[in-house]
Amino acid sequence: MVLWDAAEKKVIASVWAKVDIEADGFQALLRTLHVYPWTKRYFSHFGAMSTLKDIESNPKVRAHGRKVMAAVGDAISHMDNIKGHLSQLSQLHSDKLHVDPANFELLGNNIVIVLAAKFGADAFTPEVQATFQKLVAVISSALTREYH
Amino acid sequence: MVHWDATEKQTITSFWGKVDLAADGEHSLQRLLYVYPWCRRYFHKFGDLSTISAIRKNSHVRAHGHKVLSALGDCVPHLGDIKGHLAQLSKLHCETLHVDPANFCLLGNTIVVVLASHFGAKFTPEVQAAFQKLVAEVAAGLSRKYH
Repeated sequence: MVLWDAAEKKVIASVWAKVDIEADGFQALLRTLHVYPWTKRYFSHFGAMSTLKDIESNPKVRAHGRKVMAAVGDAISHMDNIKGHLSQLSQLHSDKLHVDPANFELLGNNIVIVLAAKFGADAFTPEVQATFQKLVAVISSALTREYH
Repeated sequence: MVHWDATEKQTITSFWGKVDLAADGEHSLQRLLYVYPWCRRYFHKFGDLSTISAIRKNSHVRAHGHKVLSALGDCVPHLGDIKGHLAQLSKLHCETLHVDPANFCLLGNTIVVVLASHFGAKFTPEVQAAFQKLVAEVAAGLSRKYH
């Protein structure tokens, strides 16, 4: 069971209010596909992704980045029960999508990096970083929970 | 054996020239100690690290962050043989400092986050990929002499 204190909830709400679901989601997914190229295997139906230019101009990457970031936003609206909220998505990733759950952490790391680049060192303080690293770790763990 | 293409080498060298070893080193170590608190066990002699305030004010953290990032910078002229270059440091971390090598990856990630926060939009996916490759290679080099 994950406990969030008032300061953490406030940090997440105030940062998330400034997140651009489409642009930031796109950056997080494209960096995951570029930096960890094996993750492209999960998206062979997206078409051309062999170079960074292909990935950047691929509309399916943009759409999917948005979808993933919107799902993170939904998890934030259910912060007190992220495991319960993500249990269907977890089953989907295990039973249908067959995603190695190690990859959830890679995407989580990229979300943190995109937010760090967007907000800069003054706003993305160690406290903000720690809170978001906790969030992505909790989401990864919840997405892994129904694996069998 | 790790291969670096000309673009990757250029990217690393040109960005490294703009890194502030003292400030970025301090921020990287601060964030490591705050986000991954078990790392503080390695630095008992630094004194108070119990809160983020204490970590920020701690002059040992500042000095050591600078030292660590300088050591990473020393790898940049030796990209073709980081493992060889880090052999002694690897032995030191294993035999004398007894550091769990998993922590090298955590520090590497933290350095990438600090560089992203420093460079903002200039920290493009290509730059990120080059630096993630560098920190992974440094972590591998530091782990190599463990036994």
